[in-house]
Amino acid sequence: MDNQGLTLLNRIKDSDIYFSFIKSPTAIASTIILLIIFFCSFFVEVVAPFNPFDPSSLSLMDAFTPPSWSEDGVAKFVLGTDGQGRDMLSTILYGSRISLIVGFSAILFSLILGVTLGLTAGYFGGKYEMIVMRLTDVQLTVPSILMALLVDGIARGIISKELHNEMAIYVLIFAIGISEWPQFARVSRAATLVEKNKDYVSASIIIGVSNPVIMFKHILPNILRPVLVIGTIGLALAIITESTLSFLGVGVSPTTPSLGTLIRIGNDFLFSGEWWITFFPAIFLVILAFSINLLGDWMRDTLNPKLN
Amino acid sequence: MSFLKIDNLSVNYEMRRETVHAAKNINIDVNRGEILGLVGESGSGKSTVGNAIINLLDEPGKISNGSIILDGINILANPENIIKYRGKKIGLIFQDPQTSLNPILTIGEQLIETIQTHLSLNFNEAKEKAVNLLKEVGIKEAESRFNNYPHQFSGGMRQRVVISLALCCEPELLIADEPTTALDVSTQSQILDLIKRLTKEKNLAVILITHDMGVIAETTNRVAVMKNGDLVEIGPTKEILTNPKEVYTKSLISSVPPTNKKISRFKIIEKENKTQGETNIKILNRWTKKEIINQDLVQVKNLNKTFDDSFFTETSKNSVMAVNDVSFNIKEGESFGLVGESGSGKSTIAKIIVNLYRPSSGDIFFDNVCVTKIKSNKEMMKFRKQIQMIFQDPYSSLNGRLKVKDIISEPIKLHNPSISSKDLNDYIYDLLESVELTQQSAERYPHEFSGGQRQRISIARALATQPRLLVCDEPTSALDVSIQAQILNLLKDLQEQLNLTILFISHDLPVVRQMCDRMAVLKNGKLCEVSMTEELFKNPGHEYTKELLKLMPKIESIYN
Repeated sequence: MDNQGLTLLNRIKDSDIYFSFIKSPTAIASTIILLIIFFCSFFVEVVAPFNPFDPSSLSLMDAFTPPSWSEDGVAKFVLGTDGQGRDMLSTILYGSRISLIVGFSAILFSLILGVTLGLTAGYFGGKYEMIVMRLTDVQLTVPSILMALLVDGIARGIISKELHNEMAIYVLIFAIGISEWPQFARVSRAATLVEKNKDYVSASIIIGVSNPVIMFKHILPNILRPVLVIGTIGLALAIITESTLSFLGVGVSPTTPSLGTLIRIGNDFLFSGEWWITFFPAIFLVILAFSINLLGDWMRDTLNPKLN
Repeated sequence: MSFLKIDNLSVNYEMRRETVHAAKNINIDVNRGEILGLVGESGSGKSTVGNAIINLLDEPGKISNGSIILDGINILANPENIIKYRGKKIGLIFQDPQTSLNPILTIGEQLIETIQTHLSLNFNEAKEKAVNLLKEVGIKEAESRFNNYPHQFSGGMRQRVVISLALCCEPELLIADEPTTALDVSTQSQILDLIKRLTKEKNLAVILITHDMGVIAETTNRVAVMKNGDLVEIGPTKEILTNPKEVYTKSLISSVPPTNKKISRFKIIEKENKTQGETNIKILNRWTKKEIINQDLVQVKNLNKTFDDSFFTETSKNSVMAVNDVSFNIKEGESFGLVGESGSGKSTIAKIIVNLYRPSSGDIFFDNVCVTKIKSNKEMMKFRKQIQMIFQDPYSSLNGRLKVKDIISEPIKLHNPSISSKDLNDYIYDLLESVELTQQSAERYPHEFSGGQRQRISIARALATQPRLLVCDEPTSALDVSIQAQILNLLKDLQEQLNLTILFISHDLPVVRQMCDRMAVLKNGKLCEVSMTEELFKNPGHEYTKELLKLMPKIESIYN
């Protein structure tokens, strides 16, 4: 087993992707930033200086403390505190965890849905393909925010209010996921059309391999490259959509901190001079989305067979 | 003093892992009025030399050493020289006429643009010159075709336009890089004749880069043989082909399928792997050998296939008859050739026989069962097991994401789900050794193999189900001739020892002559004739067959 792990590592080290990675400062920088953010958000209990959701550690006396480097700043609240005396840095880290979970789950959901539909459409063709692809076209004409609002509205209509607060995060994941799948469907269909005319697929048919096995064992691994690129860029979009929705108040429940809710809360204090409450979550969101996009850009350039 | 003198030329490609020496200290000279052939297998550096002359090396290729002296001037000495000479003194013909013309400009516009760039002529003079050029390269009604777009010409006509483009500034040196590889036999001979005629009439110096020894034999005055960036030998074509001095040249010539006789095996002098002589077919022990009864294994009856270019209606005017009322039989144990030029429908027939396509009408019988009417999955699996196929392109016929052992084990497990893992491994090793690959190959991925080795993996996969019929769709046309000889030898051995029936599809007549007992000739989806191979070569019945046989490039022509 150990030996196998080692050869895999060597294969990765030997690959052109690794080579192009270590030659690209942008890719390395964005990966490091993302790793730090992921680490801090998922081990937030250990990393964050305070637990902003432990009422015993909160004191209203600390409310509206500006960042530590300003005149009235306090050293223990590096980025200041909000209206309830919660440490901004800790709140952002807790909030980014929710944003990342929602973003990843939503993109995974739309990836599975879109790739399955696109792959089967491209493989089987005919009327089924036409229906799926026209559905994608229709879906693409509806802006994703609007789609997500629609889903959220319907969910509020059918789920009771108490349940809705609990379910909010799942509704959000579904709402974002359902608005992003057409991209995956289009890309994977196009790639499948290329792959299915290659001889290895014909060879599998002649051997007698069944359609599902051909699609998921043979074609799927060969179309994953463009899908991964779209997925990475889509992840940034999903996180931003989540924040937008939460900012508008239709995302996660107001008591759950996500980057969007933090920005919204801070927005109320913006004109009274407490700029840091909205500024730091917003900057954090920008850095997160920007790093993901840079990494996605690098992936697109590297994995694009036309550019090699 | 020769017209072009390449002196000690070296070209390096600085790659990530190593520096590739694509050309090493090459010395070549070309005189006016002669055609120099540059021959070699893929990767031998023959195109690199051609590209170096006109400074069109791909990144990161660099000329590291040497000089190129054209008409007494070293064109490498001053970078401006090459811009002055390219197009004007040096004309170029590329391999693929589909891509070397700009599809959105008429051929007239392209000609006039080139002429006016290099010669100071006004529009009318340039047009007159262009029309004359088109006439010269054999385009009929040149005035009216002047305003046509490239897609309105056939492949051969387009290559003529490309040649007229190369000639339009009266170059003195013409470099033709595989000018006929993308063309059919009949068009090929016309283009080669044209190049020969122009060389004489205009006293050109021509470098003809090709991998085809037949073309070399029929066209060139002198030939340079290249291998791995080295110049192996250079001399008059007749001398090199009849009396080669170097081992490599000998092996190259012995791998070329002779057109005038049938030989039992190709003589292999240099081999990819060390094993010599007949293949040790280990798989024989596992094979449930079918006794050859003198009966038809495959019957093709009145086969039709139409490809509809229709979206809204069932039938449309644009439908293409790919196969038109074709009938033939393949006897058990024989090897049957299907020959035709591109678009003749030979691959379509193969795909119908292996049941990748459904015929529009007509039937295929396999072992007296009508396979075109099979409905149930179980029946189909039984049929799939007995027919396997080998494809043309060894790069697309293997799934690059799977290890070789997974590629080969798939058909075994599918048709024998209860096989134990030890048995399975042994089976895979036997298969690999039967196609002359090592057991270690099983753990590797397809991209680690060369084209010929990939084709062997493809054969191993096809043999895994123990088929009775093996359909080979141009199995060697993507390979170099020495590799082709090895693969053809392997197929012959396998057929003899395993009593396989082979349907061999090819455009290459000499190869079919070596491989097939009987053969059929196709043209535009219609069957011209079916006959014993030897009989057909000695005594062709159909006009089209006669023409094909006359036009195919023959390496033997050098002896006459």
